[in-house]
Amino acid sequence: MRDVAVIGIGMTSFGELWETPLRSLWAEAALAALDNAGVDSVDLITIGCMSSGLFTGQEHLASLLADELGMAGVPAARVESACASGGLAVRAGFAEVASGLCDTVLVTGVEKMTDVDGADATYALGTAADAEWEGFHGVTFPGLYAMLARVHMQKYGTTREQLAHVAVKNHANGLLNEHAQYHLQIGVEDVLDSTAVADPLNLFDCSPVTDGAAALVLTTVERAREIAGDKPVVVITGSGLATDTVTLANRGEIAELGAVKLAGERAYAMSGRKPEDIHLVEVHDCFTIAEIMATEALGFFDLGFGGSAVEKGLTSLQGKIPVNTSGGLKSKGHPVGATGVAQVLEIVTQLRGEAGQRQVQGAKIGMAQNMGGSGGSSVVHILEVV
Amino acid sequence: MFSPARAWREFPQRYRLEAAKCSGCSKILYPPRLVCPECGGRKFTQEALPRDGKVVTYTVIRVPPAGFTEQTPLPLALVELTNGVRLMVQIGDVEDPESLEIGMPVRLEFRRISWDGEAGVIFYGHKAVRAGS
Amino acid sequence: MTIGIVGYGAFIPRRRIKLEEIAKVWGADAPAYKRGLQLYEKSVPGADEDTVTMSVEATRNALARSGGVDPADIGALYIGSESHPYAVKPSGTIVAEAIGAVPALHVADLEFACKAGTESLFIAQSLVKAGEVRYAVGIGADTSQGAPGDALEYSAAAGASAFIFGGDEDLIVAEIVDSFSWTTDTPDFWRREYMHYPRHGSRFTGEPAYFRHSMSSARGMMAKAGMEPRDFAYAIFHQPNGKFPMRVGKKLGFTHEQLETGWLSPWLGNTYSGASPIGLTAVLDIASPGDLILLTSFGSGAGSDSFVIRVTGRISEVQDLAPKTRAQLDENKIYLEYGAYAKLRGKIRMAE
Repeated sequence: MRDVAVIGIGMTSFGELWETPLRSLWAEAALAALDNAGVDSVDLITIGCMSSGLFTGQEHLASLLADELGMAGVPAARVESACASGGLAVRAGFAEVASGLCDTVLVTGVEKMTDVDGADATYALGTAADAEWEGFHGVTFPGLYAMLARVHMQKYGTTREQLAHVAVKNHANGLLNEHAQYHLQIGVEDVLDSTAVADPLNLFDCSPVTDGAAALVLTTVERAREIAGDKPVVVITGSGLATDTVTLANRGEIAELGAVKLAGERAYAMSGRKPEDIHLVEVHDCFTIAEIMATEALGFFDLGFGGSAVEKGLTSLQGKIPVNTSGGLKSKGHPVGATGVAQVLEIVTQLRGEAGQRQVQGAKIGMAQNMGGSGGSSVVHILEVV
Repeated sequence: MFSPARAWREFPQRYRLEAAKCSGCSKILYPPRLVCPECGGRKFTQEALPRDGKVVTYTVIRVPPAGFTEQTPLPLALVELTNGVRLMVQIGDVEDPESLEIGMPVRLEFRRISWDGEAGVIFYGHKAVRAGS
Repeated sequence: MTIGIVGYGAFIPRRRIKLEEIAKVWGADAPAYKRGLQLYEKSVPGADEDTVTMSVEATRNALARSGGVDPADIGALYIGSESHPYAVKPSGTIVAEAIGAVPALHVADLEFACKAGTESLFIAQSLVKAGEVRYAVGIGADTSQGAPGDALEYSAAAGASAFIFGGDEDLIVAEIVDSFSWTTDTPDFWRREYMHYPRHGSRFTGEPAYFRHSMSSARGMMAKAGMEPRDFAYAIFHQPNGKFPMRVGKKLGFTHEQLETGWLSPWLGNTYSGASPIGLTAVLDIASPGDLILLTSFGSGAGSDSFVIRVTGRISEVQDLAPKTRAQLDENKIYLEYGAYAKLRGKIRMAE
């Protein structure tokens, strides 16, 4: 297996981008990544997108978007794993370069979510649940995570306020990210007072509906060194992918995220790293409870201690393990297919020392964790600067 | 919204709570499938689920997906039946959402789950209601 | 051949609205309505309850009391209602599918205003008597409609009852001794195709319709069976409000004691096709072996069905095997305000 480096990053601003269609969002991020890498051709394009069909009525993205870059003819493939589609696109690009099938891959993620109204967006996201045995009964994603939160609160004593602290921290980080959808300072009371969405989760516990795209250029470490010159090179040292039951009813233990734990273990094993080695992590905080459960599943905190960790500031920018320095899905925004790619992009930015005011000093090893559905799939990557 | 055919093919499970019991390890699968996730067995006998159970976890959805507006607020629960099988169902006849709790005993009742507007097909199935009420 | 009821059950929704809550909205004189109609509150179906769902639960309760009738042996199933969820597509197939009686059975949905319930009982027991089927199910159920502000809005309620008929003597809990029907064409109450709410002839629904048909049918039944009011432990009449069934019973010579067990309307409202059959379930819940029961329905249009029913020794074995009707009526109630009631009954115009 060959070592794989990230040599280019690019993303759009995240937000309600009324003037921009899916293809232009995507091309803007792709061009930025190619420019950032200093390459103008690739062997393959991977595209993470959850549901362009339901959000925009457009499938067959791989060919459509390759052509949009003037690259018709180049191999392109769209991958889907609900909200982990972006992470899966990174994994797919990584595997192609590591295996030697391709030398340079453009890894992208995109979602255009605002071309449908709120009910249709809720429906489209809901298709990541089991349509027959959950969706049929009216399940929504806030509803599923609310059920996970309820169990976590009962089993471990996680409090409503601790959930709110996740949102407060991530909005504070998002203030420092020019690409974030929200530049908003909030307090715990704001979260507690926000509109109920699915008890016990309120509006400020939820990531927003977002348009956006993000892209990376991956290549071999050898080529990366040729291109980078004396600049640091960021290498993907671990990649883990795992599934769990989509249906909560079939999951033995619902107070833990099994797929995240497995994907994390696989990434740690590949990289030879342990949780203590990681300097910062982007986790999939689609809902506040998800961040708490993900930090536990990845081994940063013992089960049941993710809530108190955020409350004590252990996950803040200056904390023991900064979590979601980009603002996370909560503040940066969550264009579902783009999220997994944007998480890796944030880690690369940090490891390159280019994160500006939100820079984690001395960050050498970072992790990105992306998740599909209510934990039915997860992708974890570990990146290191060499 | 489901097509009539898509709803129809699940009537045995939705209407009669038919499950499959693995001949190898006795695990009960709802809905039935072709292979037992527990032991890999592929032989099953048919068995109806019990209608009594308890709430494992729950929520009350305030922002419903399309098709559930008239039933909002929409309480949903993961219910564990007396034979250990879990299923996701709505909770019916909730007067006060604050009264719901983990562990609450429930019984499955036949209800409308959703309907395709005024003119479309009606989807029936089971909801959990507080037992003894 | 002796035939009779081998299992019975009722289902009453948990939601209620008080008469005052409706009267308040329309500026009506609540105390006068309560005195005049003897109505205090009524059942209201949830958005997720309809004639089919209530019928399934009532039939499951009937099966629970049936001494192990195999649903596959049910050869016929009829639902009488004026609120079938579909104008075209049977309710009975859904119920038959849900209880596991499909596919070898005959199913039909019946309509005869508030008499549709006893109509289904009449046909079901007749088929068993004729030896055409081993068991037959008769159901009366309604989520009754009443136009906002109309007098019917104070009474239109929801409920279901189901009866399984069979000829196995060891299973019969109440024998059908005899039956009689009395029918004329009397347009006292109707609902045209595509209309949400029924219309009625106001006071014309009283003497020429309800009283004439109920009394003629009950008298014809007693004459045919050679019986008098004093022979019966209980009598049950159709219950469009609280007042009518008591008045018709007393005019026929029945006492308050004979009438009150099956008299549910003051607290239940008028469950249309479900009304007198649900009354019968309340009577069977407490009846003793040997008791004779007179059941007389009334359906606008108009007609009445009467039955003479004799309770057997098996009744006490089954009474506790399913939720009792009076308990469903009196316990675990959820009271609604008019706004929630209007929402649940589809009286609010929604966005397309």
